[in-house]
Amino acid sequence: MIHSVDLYSKNRIIKVVNILTTGEEMTKYNKSEAELEAIFQQKIDSEQKIEPKDWMPEAYRKNLIRQMSQHAHSEIIGMQPEGNFITRAPSLRRKTVLLSKVQDEGGHGLYLYSATETLGIERSELISALQSGQAKYASIFNYPAQTWGDMGAIGWLVDGAAIVNQVSLQRTSYGPYARGMIRICKEESFHQRQGYVIMMELAKGTPAQKQMAQDSLNRFYWPSLMMFGPHDSESAHSAKSMKWKIKRETNDDLRQKFIDQTAPQIAYLGLEHPDKDLVWNEEKGQHDSGEIDWEEFYAVINGNGHSNRQRIQHHVKAHEEGAWVRDAMSEYKQKKLQRKINAETAA
Amino acid sequence: MTSSTETVSKQDIIDYSARLGDDAIVIGHRLSEWVSRAPFIEEDVALGNVALDFFGHARMYYTHAAQLSNEQNGTDDITEDDFAYLRDERQFQNHLLHELHKGDFAYTTARQLLIDVYNKYFLEQLEKSNDETLAAIAVKASKETKYHCRRSKDWTLRLGDGSSESHKRMQLALNDIWGYSHELFELDDLEQRLVDAGIAVDCTLLKADWLKEVTAIIEEATLTVPDQEWAVRGGRQGYHTEHLGHLLTEMQFVHRSFPGAKW
Repeated sequence: MIHSVDLYSKNRIIKVVNILTTGEEMTKYNKSEAELEAIFQQKIDSEQKIEPKDWMPEAYRKNLIRQMSQHAHSEIIGMQPEGNFITRAPSLRRKTVLLSKVQDEGGHGLYLYSATETLGIERSELISALQSGQAKYASIFNYPAQTWGDMGAIGWLVDGAAIVNQVSLQRTSYGPYARGMIRICKEESFHQRQGYVIMMELAKGTPAQKQMAQDSLNRFYWPSLMMFGPHDSESAHSAKSMKWKIKRETNDDLRQKFIDQTAPQIAYLGLEHPDKDLVWNEEKGQHDSGEIDWEEFYAVINGNGHSNRQRIQHHVKAHEEGAWVRDAMSEYKQKKLQRKINAETAA
Repeated sequence: MTSSTETVSKQDIIDYSARLGDDAIVIGHRLSEWVSRAPFIEEDVALGNVALDFFGHARMYYTHAAQLSNEQNGTDDITEDDFAYLRDERQFQNHLLHELHKGDFAYTTARQLLIDVYNKYFLEQLEKSNDETLAAIAVKASKETKYHCRRSKDWTLRLGDGSSESHKRMQLALNDIWGYSHELFELDDLEQRLVDAGIAVDCTLLKADWLKEVTAIIEEATLTVPDQEWAVRGGRQGYHTEHLGHLLTEMQFVHRSFPGAKW
């Protein structure tokens, strides 16, 4: 793999070395590809983790790079809607909590980029893919954050939905990803709580505050259900991801968990549930719910959300405006190195 | 410091603590504007961290001012937020340097160098204040400020001695802000009374050490200490640049839109 830019490597968790091609692996292990794949699948079936230096099918590696980098991009792009309210937070306490939270997202992004790099790809390549539109991020961040209530709804619902997904990913088959998720989940549950606390304060506040909470819930409820992706029958990546245990539970199962856990939380706040068709199904032991507006889902994914263009442009702008800083760092590092060599030569 | 706290009023200490809070909240705000806009993610996280430290300092100073206000008025409902959100531009008393716009990364670096080194010397002295709360705040803030200084120095060296582009930007930034540094070392009547009582820091005494340290860093970074004689002053009297009004408008908007609400 290419090792072009060394700029980001200082915080990398595992330095990428010698990712072997399948051909090289076959020579190394003296086994056919079919045999390697059988061993690989057997490992997965017996719940052993796949580690960076293990042989893995190319499609498994690609699938993981896609999913993990998408996850990393989501953390980074997700800093924008909430970062948008740090300067306007209505109390100093809320301001510091929100800023800490947004910083955590940056940290998660770093962590996930590093974990993705163990698959033999550089962060700079991943970021290029994000900026060119080739890689995706969670479509939820294409919705605008308009009010302070949205800070509550995003923390509670968006981070809440993310946790449901991430808890299951703690058992994902790729070791670095699974371990990353364990750590990230701990912080995410704090994020969800901070969102819910914002909602509780609003819901028990003045009528105008309660109205703000209801409005944010109404706008973010359905998009947060869409975060689990299309129905299982429609999902392009699901079957293979399940076989390889990259995904451990299906989109619909995870979504159902989230619907069931959120319903009593809405009731506790004393807010109206946005899904008018929601009813408890005693027999199934879960809620029956209304159908998601999939047209909206695909429209937003395909670029028709309020903020699609803005999110990427914001990212590109910051990246381009920072180019001279990154260049200066490299030059300074070079100069220092050269001075050291000169001094040693002189001595 | 000698003790003669009887000669100053509680209001003097409230005002002093509030203006130290103003410095911290305003520069914290500027730093927080970098979130999601830094040159790379590590720096995004680092700038956010420094902003958080300043918000923490602001909260301690404002809470002290609020507690003294409650004691003075026989109330219990004045809070840190009243100081941050319900005072206007003319009532804010931060130094002007803090409120100047965010600028580019060189501007932010140059400003932080001047402020962080100032705070290092300032807090060393505030630790000796006869006001126990101010002294305790200084002890806590000092630790973080030492880290800020190291960061500012490292970045000044990298950018000043980095590329020709970064060198040029750093020099422009220093030239642009230098004239706002002088008021950091001036005392008004309020601070003079508090200095006499052993409560406030005599910031006129900090200038020599500050200038020596800042000059050494600037020169090591192959930059030049600006020699312009211009000086803008007025922050401590609420005589601000036009930047502050916009900052406060943004910061206070949500809070003021819902009078009496809790968050």
